[in-house]
Amino acid sequence: MKYAGLLVMPAGFFLSIAALALFPAPAPRVAFVLCGLGVEALGLVVAVRGHMEARGEGRS
Amino acid sequence: MTPIAPAMTDTAFALALALLLMAPLAIAGVALINTGLGRSRSAAQALLGNLAIVAVTAIVFALVGASVAGNLPGTPGSEGHILHLGAKPWNWLGAGPFLLGGLGVAPAQAQLALLFEFLAVAMAALIPWGSGADRFRLTAGCAAAAILAAIVFPLFAHWVWAGGWLSQLGVNFSLGAGFLDPGGAAAVHVLGGFSALAVIWIAGPRKGKFPKEGFATALPGHNAVYILFGCMISLVGWLAWNLAGALVWLHAPLAALPVTAINTVLSASAALVATFAVTRVRFGKPDASLCANAWLAGLVASSACAALVTPGQSLAVGFIAGIATPLLVELLELAVSIDDPSGAITVHAGGLLGLLAAGIFAPQQGQLVAQLVGIATLLGFVFPLVYLLFWLVNRVHPFRADADGERIGMDLHELGGGAYPEFVIHRDESYR
Repeated sequence: MKYAGLLVMPAGFFLSIAALALFPAPAPRVAFVLCGLGVEALGLVVAVRGHMEARGEGRS
Repeated sequence: MTPIAPAMTDTAFALALALLLMAPLAIAGVALINTGLGRSRSAAQALLGNLAIVAVTAIVFALVGASVAGNLPGTPGSEGHILHLGAKPWNWLGAGPFLLGGLGVAPAQAQLALLFEFLAVAMAALIPWGSGADRFRLTAGCAAAAILAAIVFPLFAHWVWAGGWLSQLGVNFSLGAGFLDPGGAAAVHVLGGFSALAVIWIAGPRKGKFPKEGFATALPGHNAVYILFGCMISLVGWLAWNLAGALVWLHAPLAALPVTAINTVLSASAALVATFAVTRVRFGKPDASLCANAWLAGLVASSACAALVTPGQSLAVGFIAGIATPLLVELLELAVSIDDPSGAITVHAGGLLGLLAAGIFAPQQGQLVAQLVGIATLLGFVFPLVYLLFWLVNRVHPFRADADGERIGMDLHELGGGAYPEFVIHRDESYR
């Protein structure tokens, strides 16, 4: 699950980059950059959840 | 192509050089804090590790990193590799000569920029070392630092400081002045903070930190004097760093420097006072190590915005950083099971706050979007890249010391002698 989260994060980055290349108008550009950040945040949350599950199993 | 920076006056050049010669005080301060926040039986290994990492990053950056960063206009390949996408140029990789070739013929101002990067890469690589305290092997720490100095830092530094695509967001996409990071909040601190998270996830927590039952065990730092004195030294280094950054990257006039210095002090001060108050209310007494973390978080936030905001705004940024610091430390440890002895993740998250503030308070239109794109790059590209590279290094050369090493302490295990040989170190109850 941690790796799934880490793989989602670059997708958010490419979404932000695509927003710059595809949308010259400010409003959709900002919206897509924010969407990209949202996807990255989602990936981070998934990775953190994966870490917590792994820690729960491996507590010393 | 690397843009030609406005020419610096001789006075500004001399001042920036003098400031950069004081910037290592920030590195010394962070090294002291890292050591103080670890345990006494790992203190010598921790401080030697800090020194070794500075040495390794200097050598690796000179051999390879400076070439990737490509910050020497006038040398072969300094224009970098440019990709054309959406009818816009994306300068994504430096291509300077290896082994600092051409340094002697590069303009003095470009050499100054390179010196800034030399110091910045050392600071960035120290951050994960502190987070891996008490279990991170010395050689593995050096290997991780080498990866940061050879690949990750130079790549991002090229994008931000050497005419790379992030710095050109203003020219190519009308986003303010492009991504701004004059004091290295992004390229040094946020990058270092994400590297710290990668190290913590890969190495795992210290033995006994998260027992099978009950709450996380408190493993307090062994020397509050190191920690707090490190904060004081750091202030001097940070002042030097922020002022030098304003001169080198923003080409700020000399008249703008006193405000930058005042903003740096205000941000750290507001953060400390806020954490002092929060911990006083929550625990009945102020917490020294959390106050130290807040001081650093305020300084880190100032790295992004001290040269760009007003004193009032700087105060607000520091205050928010100070409120967030103890809460985030608690959240990461108790709710997310992250064992970060130096609090590096929380401290260097202050950089994100500063980067946002630089966008929010900027007069140019589109600056906030430029800052958001920079943050998206750190979170969506730099962090996964660092994690992948560290994971690969860990497969070849494990980060974590064996259980016996952790039990007897990293000093005895790795160096054969302790930092305090005349002191009796009491038995650790968590190993019973």
